[in-house]
Amino acid sequence: MTATYSDLKDKVILVTGAARGIGKSIALTLSAQGAHVVFNYRGDEAKAAALKEELQAAGGKATGLKFDVTDYEAMTKAIDEFTKTVGPISGLVNNAGVSKDTLLLRLKPDEISSILDTNLKGSMMVTQALSRNFLKAENVSIVNMSSIVGLMGNPSQAAYAASKAGLIGFSKSVAKELASRNVRCNVICPGFIQTDMTDALNEKAKEEYAKSIPLGRMGKAEEVANLTCFLLSSASSYLTGEVIKIDGGLYI
Amino acid sequence: MELQDKVIKLVSEATKMDAANISLNTSFVDDLNLDSLDMVELMMKMEDEFGVEIPEDETENLKSIGDVVTYLKSKSH
Repeated sequence: MTATYSDLKDKVILVTGAARGIGKSIALTLSAQGAHVVFNYRGDEAKAAALKEELQAAGGKATGLKFDVTDYEAMTKAIDEFTKTVGPISGLVNNAGVSKDTLLLRLKPDEISSILDTNLKGSMMVTQALSRNFLKAENVSIVNMSSIVGLMGNPSQAAYAASKAGLIGFSKSVAKELASRNVRCNVICPGFIQTDMTDALNEKAKEEYAKSIPLGRMGKAEEVANLTCFLLSSASSYLTGEVIKIDGGLYI
Repeated sequence: MELQDKVIKLVSEATKMDAANISLNTSFVDDLNLDSLDMVELMMKMEDEFGVEIPEDETENLKSIGDVVTYLKSKSH
């Protein structure tokens, strides 16, 4: 079942990491409600054009901006150009994220940097790059995609967990800092969701996880997208600085 | 309208303070009680009004109405 929120129509929302997985599901769900989805892409023009078409076919306007979330210069330039020509962006979903399972014993400094840069710093920089624009926009809602792992930890995911937990502190600060300007900032902590990231797990591991999840299954990207739409919409108007788990009961 | 008067009018509208009580010596923080977010917004309004860029590190040096007027004058050549 897809949730619909009428105020998302024509709302301009930037979604990072929209090429696949949870990000793509969010982008499609938003497009289906007539939102103007702005997505970033790193270089593959053909892929970006294909995604744009797919989103427009789903029902909304779509624009691709060329920048990597770790490139502050490129992102501020692309965002400034867009907001000058099209108008303010009033929604942001910081979803771009990478994961590389490594035991602490084997974890190298550059691997730590790489995960922290993309997952945590990248989200922080995109939010900052849009902050001035947010002061000019209305009903601004920021949704940061953390992870259940950021709350409960997980072997082999020390760096990933650190980056996801970091997003929580960041989001709470942003929520407090910009609340007076009607900018809300919330966090979603997905549990095990069916995407490329979890497809990589072997069958035995997946079965084990499913057993420990009260609802007995992995989640669907659409289910996370529904929650994201709720947080972006004024339906959640009194919610800010909140951290919402969506994990089938895994971490109660 | 003189630049000075334009600036005072803008600040008066932004802070809801009577223009008669705002002078070149009026301090943003001490007299007008603006916090850092208020300052950023005010500078953004100035940028829009006067078509001049006021970078973040410059804003730190603009403590009073007079400082802003001086800065804007230096940029209009």
